[in-house]
Amino acid sequence: MTAKPKIVVGLGTCGIAAGGREVYKAIEKALTDNSIDAELTQTGCIGACENEVLVDIVKPGQPRISYGKVTEEKIGEVITNHLLNDKIDREFALGKIGEGELPAEYDDLPNFFVDLPFYEKQVRLCLRNCGFINPEVIDEYVERDGYEALKKVITEMKPEEVVDVVKKSGLRGRGGGGFSTGLKWEFTMKAVGDKKYVVCNADEGDPGAFMDRSILEGDPHSVMEGMAIAGYAVGADEGYVYCRAEYPLAVKRLKLAIEQAKEKNLLGENIMGTDFSFDLKVKEGAGAFVCGEETALLMSIEGKRGMPRPRPPFPANEGLFAKPTCLNNVETFANVPVVILDGPDKFASIGTEGSKGTKVFALTGSINRTGLAEVPMGITLKEVVFDVAGGIIDDGKFKAVQAGGPSGGCIPEDLLHLPIDYDSLTGAGAMMGSGGLVVMGEDTCMVDIARYFLTFTQSESCGKCTPCREGTKRMLEILQRIVAGEGEPEDIEKLKTLGEAIKDTALCGLGQTAPNPVLTTLRYFQDEYEKHIFDKRCVAGICVDLMVYLIDAELCNGCGRCRKACPVGAVSGEKKELHTIDTETCIKCGVCVEKCKQEAISLQS
Amino acid sequence: MTKLNVTINGLPVEAEAGMTILEAAELAGIDIPTFCHDPQLVGAGACRICIVEVENARNLPASCVTPIWDGMVINTESDRAVQARKANLSLLLANHPLDCLTCEKSGACSLQDYCYKYGVSETDYVGEGKDYAVEDSNPFYERDMNKCILCGKCARVCHEINGAGAIDYAFRGFTSTISPAFGEPVENSPCVFCGMCTDICPVGALTPKLSKGKGRVWEINKVKTICPYCGTGCAIDLHVKGNEIVGASGNREGLANKGHVCVKGHYGWDFVHSPDRLTKPLIKKDGKFEEASWDEALSLVADKFKAAGAEGLAGLSSARCTNEDNYLFQKLLRMMGSNSVDHCARL
Amino acid sequence: MKAENDFNYAAVDNIYDTWKAQKGALIPMLQEIQHEFGFLPRTALEYLSKKLNQPISQIYGVCTFYSQFHLKPRGQHIIRVCQGTACHVRGIAKIATALEDELQVPVGDTTEDLLFTYESVACVGCCGLAPVMMIDDVTYGRLIATAVPDILKKYERGEDNDS
Repeated sequence: MTAKPKIVVGLGTCGIAAGGREVYKAIEKALTDNSIDAELTQTGCIGACENEVLVDIVKPGQPRISYGKVTEEKIGEVITNHLLNDKIDREFALGKIGEGELPAEYDDLPNFFVDLPFYEKQVRLCLRNCGFINPEVIDEYVERDGYEALKKVITEMKPEEVVDVVKKSGLRGRGGGGFSTGLKWEFTMKAVGDKKYVVCNADEGDPGAFMDRSILEGDPHSVMEGMAIAGYAVGADEGYVYCRAEYPLAVKRLKLAIEQAKEKNLLGENIMGTDFSFDLKVKEGAGAFVCGEETALLMSIEGKRGMPRPRPPFPANEGLFAKPTCLNNVETFANVPVVILDGPDKFASIGTEGSKGTKVFALTGSINRTGLAEVPMGITLKEVVFDVAGGIIDDGKFKAVQAGGPSGGCIPEDLLHLPIDYDSLTGAGAMMGSGGLVVMGEDTCMVDIARYFLTFTQSESCGKCTPCREGTKRMLEILQRIVAGEGEPEDIEKLKTLGEAIKDTALCGLGQTAPNPVLTTLRYFQDEYEKHIFDKRCVAGICVDLMVYLIDAELCNGCGRCRKACPVGAVSGEKKELHTIDTETCIKCGVCVEKCKQEAISLQS
Repeated sequence: MTKLNVTINGLPVEAEAGMTILEAAELAGIDIPTFCHDPQLVGAGACRICIVEVENARNLPASCVTPIWDGMVINTESDRAVQARKANLSLLLANHPLDCLTCEKSGACSLQDYCYKYGVSETDYVGEGKDYAVEDSNPFYERDMNKCILCGKCARVCHEINGAGAIDYAFRGFTSTISPAFGEPVENSPCVFCGMCTDICPVGALTPKLSKGKGRVWEINKVKTICPYCGTGCAIDLHVKGNEIVGASGNREGLANKGHVCVKGHYGWDFVHSPDRLTKPLIKKDGKFEEASWDEALSLVADKFKAAGAEGLAGLSSARCTNEDNYLFQKLLRMMGSNSVDHCARL
Repeated sequence: MKAENDFNYAAVDNIYDTWKAQKGALIPMLQEIQHEFGFLPRTALEYLSKKLNQPISQIYGVCTFYSQFHLKPRGQHIIRVCQGTACHVRGIAKIATALEDELQVPVGDTTEDLLFTYESVACVGCCGLAPVMMIDDVTYGRLIATAVPDILKKYERGEDNDS
């Protein structure tokens, strides 16, 4: 137990972006200025993005107190009050974690993981250490049973037994398709090869997803331990983590973690004195979304263009450098130590018949609590959107939730009762994907969202196969026409035909799922497409080309700012009298809105 | 070899394990359209025109890269497969100049053939198209990347068979193209102008310049011959219109070359119709060459051999001849008493 | 542009030597060459092609496939505007307009003084802080358009060393 008080600052990418480093410096200063002897350290993301910057204070004998939304200016005061005067600043305090005595006046402080609505329904297996340990200090991971699972595996179990345990746990790949992890390991184990590899897919590229980043930044060792266990099970002595280059902090922490693990003989030659050796390398991506597809990822590690190749042969038989390769994603590997230590039965007791364990979701969009949440499989979408994420901001009305990123689809309100598991999401036309959940309110235009996702997939298409290269481009062109008010009656049919053809014939998983955002919005929101095409109206008020700028006669004071600012002279009106906008001339640049001090100008559909 | 039983279009087919659907269909005489497939190249599965419907499969697999399994039930022309193929053709047409009237490839163009077969007369998806300058700065072939359907066979034949590796995929997605490094014209690349890329291109993106405007594919007779340029003995097809050679290409039945050719065999045939070409022996009389008969010419040579005697005779043979010819040549010289025999390729 | 014989071949040699033992290490080599020169000079690629005995067409194919690689010189600071869903919903377009006003170059271009290169990026993964932009490795979240000029000025004055 630490005798000194400990201060932990959340320094994941989110925390840093919210000003975590400045807060860290302010704490350093406050400690020096007040001659406080305390340990100042950092940790990764605990998931409550909305409350960044997060600072936790642990005083010996007291529960850990978590402060949120702290600022550079105020943190000094919070720290000194807490450490010197035992005063907890209620403005910033989020809750308490763990055991210990607190002054009676703070009895009502919520229990962080139990009482806070964001955490109440969460079950944190994968994120067990995120927000608790300093990811740059291996001892903190080891203290929390780190590398115990690896030790158990390599000293007590045969590879076949490890594969059996993983199979029995029901763990399925967390990267997208949801293939049985145990089966994948079994195939790789049984594949014949003088050399085998373990590869971790950390090329998390879906817009709106940051699960893997948070795990790598907050708890890199759990992923590495999972990979080493996989290496032992399948007979591999070398592994690669393919991490996207846009995650510099994750890469840095991974490299550091690998170094530390090698120093402690938890990686490298003859791990823990056994015959098992396992070396790990980090490969940084170079900016191509398609490399999240497993065969493209392997091509990229081999130094080639990241263009997917046909399967079979599957990587388990012919993967990296044509050798048998076990390829899983970050979250899958991070689950492995839990499966081993807790046993397969305990793991399988969480979740549904076909989907076991938990899933980490990145909750974003128009919700009250954005962040990273790990929930048990089988929880309904409704619970996630309303209980965990706190519903729509400003008491807005829910419209749809986009699950699975560019490969997924939009799920409407009447399907919110669906349990979150691989099969029901796929059935609804979406997919688990890597776990991005973008919640959308009434002010979201579904045609615009479909266009947005297609813009993404289209620009990230590798270009190898015809349906994806040419087809996504044409689908996007049709959608661009529709949102610009130039949609034609046959466009809906065209989108459907093309979407189905791409789904049926594209070479890789990304191409095959690229039409999903369009097909699901067509399935659940076809009326919106029709309104755009036939009535030239965008109900959500998003598609600017279908809207007009109008000046509210009540609010306009005739100041003339809009008239002067308008680049095309579309605004007319005498001084101090009501101004009007000629909708024919208006190019909808929006300058007038910004200039108007009366807030009299708005877009109307 | 393990035999597997599959059903293709209702027909029972016995095929070998490890075969692709396409190969099994070929066995059964069933034709499946392909653009990017070539038995000599590593399978790419890129063009997706060869997709077929397989019972209980989630989507439509590409027959050129999908191995068969025992009991597989395949339909190559199901409604779903045909619809998908039509969509694919429609997409390719949307990004392909429709200048078949003047296109060199017309009549031998796979895109044209399949559009004809499936009744795709125009695209459903008009939109942005490619806009590349046609490249014809080298003497041998024209590159019109606007016509390219990105099957990638040219790049693969260049890397996998020729080994020059002059061209490859560049950029990605909709802007993908096949290009030498830095977008240079091919003459500034390691291209050796074997022209195998022009032979393998399924459309009119790569066309030999010498043949341009010289004849339509249906007017041309392919005459198999052996390339006269070296001892390898490559089988080539001379493209003959009327009595004129208008082109050449590798012949895949050639045992020595299996269709591979080099720049000479591919593009070096124009001397045949050259007015400068010697067609009769010439004998120099009074400082001037005069036409002579073969008998005259051969007698003259024989006389000179005799006059020189064995000591004064040496033979230099050519790399254009076969090994057998060269063997016979040295035999001849030795029979005439001379051991002074050499060969132009020894240097 | 330096003359051909002034080219720093030694830098490419060093990078090659560091990675040559690792299989398929073209991409890390290119990453380091880009780190060294700020972009991927043609001379370096042609030299590397010879050292690796790999066709230059293939290397060019790799360079043009990945969005990280640049065949032209780049600015001292790289501005990346996030195009993620959350940023899209929360008004990144205004930030982009403000940047264009300040920099006077469109997306994908470098300012004349080679100080900034302005790009868009699919998603930086900080959706909770939308709208977001990154300058080099620093992420700026919860942005408002009016804050953009001040942020850029910090870099113009060279006060960007605090991260």
